[in-house]
Amino acid sequence: MANIATTYDDDLLIKELGYNDHFHDHHHGDKYQSGFISHYIFSMDHKVIARQFLITGIIWAIIGAAMSVVFRLQLGFPEESLAWLKPVLGKWIVIDPTGIGTLAPEFYYALVTMHGTILVFFVLTAGLSGTFSNLLIPLQLGARDMASPFLNMLSYWFFFLAGIIMFYSLFLSTGPFSGGWTAYPPLSALPQASTGSGTGMTLWLVSLTLFVVSVLLGGINYITTVLNLRTKGMSLWRMPLTIWAFFTTAIIGVLSFPVLASGFFMLMMDRGLGTSFFLSEIFIEGQALDRVGGSPVLYQHLFWFLGHPEVYIIILPAMGLVSEVLSVHARKPIFGYRAMVYSMLAIGFLSFIVWAHHMFMSGVNPFISNFFVVFTLIIAVPSAVKVFNWITTLYGGNIRLNTPMLFSIGFVSMFISGGLTGVFLGNSTIDIQMHDTYFVVAHFHIVMGVAAFFGMFAGIYHWYPKMYSRFMNETLGKIHFWGTIIGAYAIFWPMHFIGMAGVPRRYYSFDTFDAFKHFSGMNQFITIAAILVFFVQLIFVINFFYSIWKGKKMTTKNPWDATTLEWTTPIEPIHGNWPGNLPTVHRWAYDYNKDEREFVSQIVPLEEGEIGDH
Amino acid sequence: MTGLIAFLIVGLLAVIVVQIGKVSDLAARIRGEEEVAQQSNDRTAVWLVAFMVVFLVLGTASMYYFKDVMLGYGPHQSASEHGFLIDGLFHSTLIVTFIVFFITHILLFWYGYKYRMREGNKAQFISHNNTIELIWTVVPAIVLTFLVVKGLVAWNEIMPDLGPEDEYLEIEATGYQFGWDIRHPGNDGKLGTKDFRLIKPGVNTLGIDWADDKSIDDVILQDIIYLPVDTTVRVRITSKDVLHNFYLPHFRVKMDAIPGLPTYFIFKPTTTTEEYRQQLREYPEWNEPYDLTDPDSKPRWKAFEYELACAELCGKGHYSMRRVLKVVTREEYNDWLAGQESTYMTTVRGTDNDPRKGQLLDIEIKERAKELKADFANALASEDVLDKTILLKHVFYNTGSAALSDLSKYELDNLTNIMNESSNVTVELGGHTDSQGDDVSNLSLSQNRAQNVMKYLLDKGLAPNRLNYTGYGETMPIGDNGTDAGREQNRRTELRIVSQ
Repeated sequence: MANIATTYDDDLLIKELGYNDHFHDHHHGDKYQSGFISHYIFSMDHKVIARQFLITGIIWAIIGAAMSVVFRLQLGFPEESLAWLKPVLGKWIVIDPTGIGTLAPEFYYALVTMHGTILVFFVLTAGLSGTFSNLLIPLQLGARDMASPFLNMLSYWFFFLAGIIMFYSLFLSTGPFSGGWTAYPPLSALPQASTGSGTGMTLWLVSLTLFVVSVLLGGINYITTVLNLRTKGMSLWRMPLTIWAFFTTAIIGVLSFPVLASGFFMLMMDRGLGTSFFLSEIFIEGQALDRVGGSPVLYQHLFWFLGHPEVYIIILPAMGLVSEVLSVHARKPIFGYRAMVYSMLAIGFLSFIVWAHHMFMSGVNPFISNFFVVFTLIIAVPSAVKVFNWITTLYGGNIRLNTPMLFSIGFVSMFISGGLTGVFLGNSTIDIQMHDTYFVVAHFHIVMGVAAFFGMFAGIYHWYPKMYSRFMNETLGKIHFWGTIIGAYAIFWPMHFIGMAGVPRRYYSFDTFDAFKHFSGMNQFITIAAILVFFVQLIFVINFFYSIWKGKKMTTKNPWDATTLEWTTPIEPIHGNWPGNLPTVHRWAYDYNKDEREFVSQIVPLEEGEIGDH
Repeated sequence: MTGLIAFLIVGLLAVIVVQIGKVSDLAARIRGEEEVAQQSNDRTAVWLVAFMVVFLVLGTASMYYFKDVMLGYGPHQSASEHGFLIDGLFHSTLIVTFIVFFITHILLFWYGYKYRMREGNKAQFISHNNTIELIWTVVPAIVLTFLVVKGLVAWNEIMPDLGPEDEYLEIEATGYQFGWDIRHPGNDGKLGTKDFRLIKPGVNTLGIDWADDKSIDDVILQDIIYLPVDTTVRVRITSKDVLHNFYLPHFRVKMDAIPGLPTYFIFKPTTTTEEYRQQLREYPEWNEPYDLTDPDSKPRWKAFEYELACAELCGKGHYSMRRVLKVVTREEYNDWLAGQESTYMTTVRGTDNDPRKGQLLDIEIKERAKELKADFANALASEDVLDKTILLKHVFYNTGSAALSDLSKYELDNLTNIMNESSNVTVELGGHTDSQGDDVSNLSLSQNRAQNVMKYLLDKGLAPNRLNYTGYGETMPIGDNGTDAGREQNRRTELRIVSQ
């Protein structure tokens, strides 16, 4: 078998050509893995932390998705009784004298808010970037671990603490925060404006502030590791696109999250200390507030200065994972590697100067919007380049259509569909009508929700053997894929029409308006699709956990015949990643089907006259 | 119990899923893994193409099927001038994106099928191609430039504020939890200033500064917002408490309402409500009954109204902030406006909240002059002796004294003007009291009062031979002296035409 020979070659090459960093001379390695607690709980090993991020993310994803099912029931079947949810939701299900249970509007808004917060921050930021940055940065760069394993551990535990606080807020008698995941003041600043803006909002702010700490600790670590701990020969231009993606993501995160934190601090002061950063001329609950001079729009600037880069924090890692998976399973180099890197950096840079396109209709000076329209639509160019490069990567390949590959193709499809609707919304003129309608909901769910999930699934199925030394089940994976892609389009495609008809998002009920109430058929269809997709995801969850213990065992080091360094590590992961020397790198990460060779690992030295970089 | 059943169902599902996984693994092992992998790869490739075909067909068909909800393709037409710019840009963007969507999806899934793994097949080593990459960087850039330019031209036509030289109607929308207060400027076309500190629930809901003359004829609309067609409307948008958004879906109007930071949106309605209904009538779905439970109810198009909604999350009642807006012809609008009474006049004038309490407004002085003039003319025209006496309704004295109250002077000034116009008329001024107090002092009080009125008129330059005065005391009551209201009627000053 070619695989066994390769494995053998790998070890030999690393032994002969590898770089001895004297890691194994000191026996401190064992300390890390000695007891149960230090190995599985307060671990400083990046591979364990990656799995902690992933499993925490999966748990949050289930909670967040279940919330969406409940509020979709309200939207799709407003007449049906929800009394059966009373045991779970308690007082938030109001039972009328005839026994019909309805969801309280306050809690509907709390569910919508929590769904957004959880999915954006806990699942698609921590669960996606946290998992794969941790797993792949040291492994693909040839590093023993992160630059600071201790900060890395803190990063997870700050995230965990943030999660605990957010989870606790779900059970408050006044309910969790209910003012939307963007938490615009004055609604979020004034407890008298909404029940959820009381203790629920306080906990929301505390939780997300801790989350910012987690992201910053993680991000600093990722950047430092990428810059300082690359193994011998691993120049920046030899890094796989995954690493470029995580690197860019980490930089964006470190630059933008502190701005969010500053916004949060001001909001906390407005709530607790009587300042007026975001408040002015408010009359509420029969009282004129003594707060003058602030501007609610200022908060929106601070929020979206993170908020927009945030969507790239979510989608860039997915792009990186997909680029890698497409190349490995198409058995071809990624097309236009340098263009991919440049477009990623361009997207990263531009993501900082487009934030106000979320605010075209927020009362900012319309003249300023001109710039934001231009920059926003410029982003479409590097995005288009990436799409064309992915498609061309498939061209002339020898494609293994396994689950990770299917999810990667699905990702590209979703990214196209969702990206194109962005061309409508980025143009401020069309945004006058489309802003805050279901068209926006459809757009961002497809382009950064579903697409990011597809990238994440591709990554999980592809690197699962690296995480658990076993495979996930292929048949279940394919059922998962087809159920998800069909279901996701069934949910979000019709939403475009509802949005074009003008139906605003965040409506508890559409019956008040003649213009909005005639889409009950479509809303029912969407709800049914959402429920089915939810159950399809449970197939993934079962597959994931079952395979940890019972999945097909990994018998070779490099099951995908991939070129990158993580596949030269032992099947059973060890502390320090490589048993002896560190591998040295001689070529870029995409030598597939080059000169009659099926693939050439990065550790293989160049032959005479061969080019190692492209 | 429910919990147990739910738990069992989830458990059962898990078992089924695990079994599917096991069976597929076993089957693969029996039939040989490589062969199964190859077959499965082929099958998946076919499914990819099938998915693509179904997806593109359903996608296109759904756009055709739902064209009636798409901007500008069916009944969902713009009712404002700038809305057509938006719909036009939507149309261009739709064509561009649809083409890209179609081509990229066909390539993506077709390549997935065509280049599937096959025995003996080998992938090509293609790392990059600068020419082709340049093309697909430049082409999107050009197409996007086209869309950006088109978009920004429209944007800069729609959004800039109006100048003082422009003619427009300005109304004000104030959002609150959970509704809208709409203020119309009245005849002067100007909205009065307001201050959130002046807000008093039930008394001054908007915090309007009643001391501002511009506020006097402002109208807070109670139910329906009327706008004239083909008139530029500037909506001043504010909020009392949290963020709201002034959203008129049919007019393509949307702007946040922010406490402390007034915003605006300018639009020109081009279609009256009635015209829009006639447009809708052409479409079968608009001929369905309005009330689905009652097949005999009127068709939907007849019940159609333009609606105002909130499009910025503002709390638990966010979904219920509806107001109806009616666009009517100029004439209908003028009629409607003539029938509106200003909020100041109906709810504030004369109350403790009125900064002009105890003062007369210009409009009130004019109103009184008109009334007095009419009474005077009637008296001149009448043959009946009884009709020759008219009541000076607005002449009053300080309590218990004969001195004229300040506000009486307006009435007497008006009287002077009237007398100057009819120079032949001579009159007698008559003072009257109620029956309280002793007769003698009442008589002298009434004489003094009437004399004071005459003195005032003489000071104003009327000839002494045209004026006379008499005090009647309590002798000629016109109301019941047993009641307060009656006594009030009896305390009066009259004017009798002696000769003309």
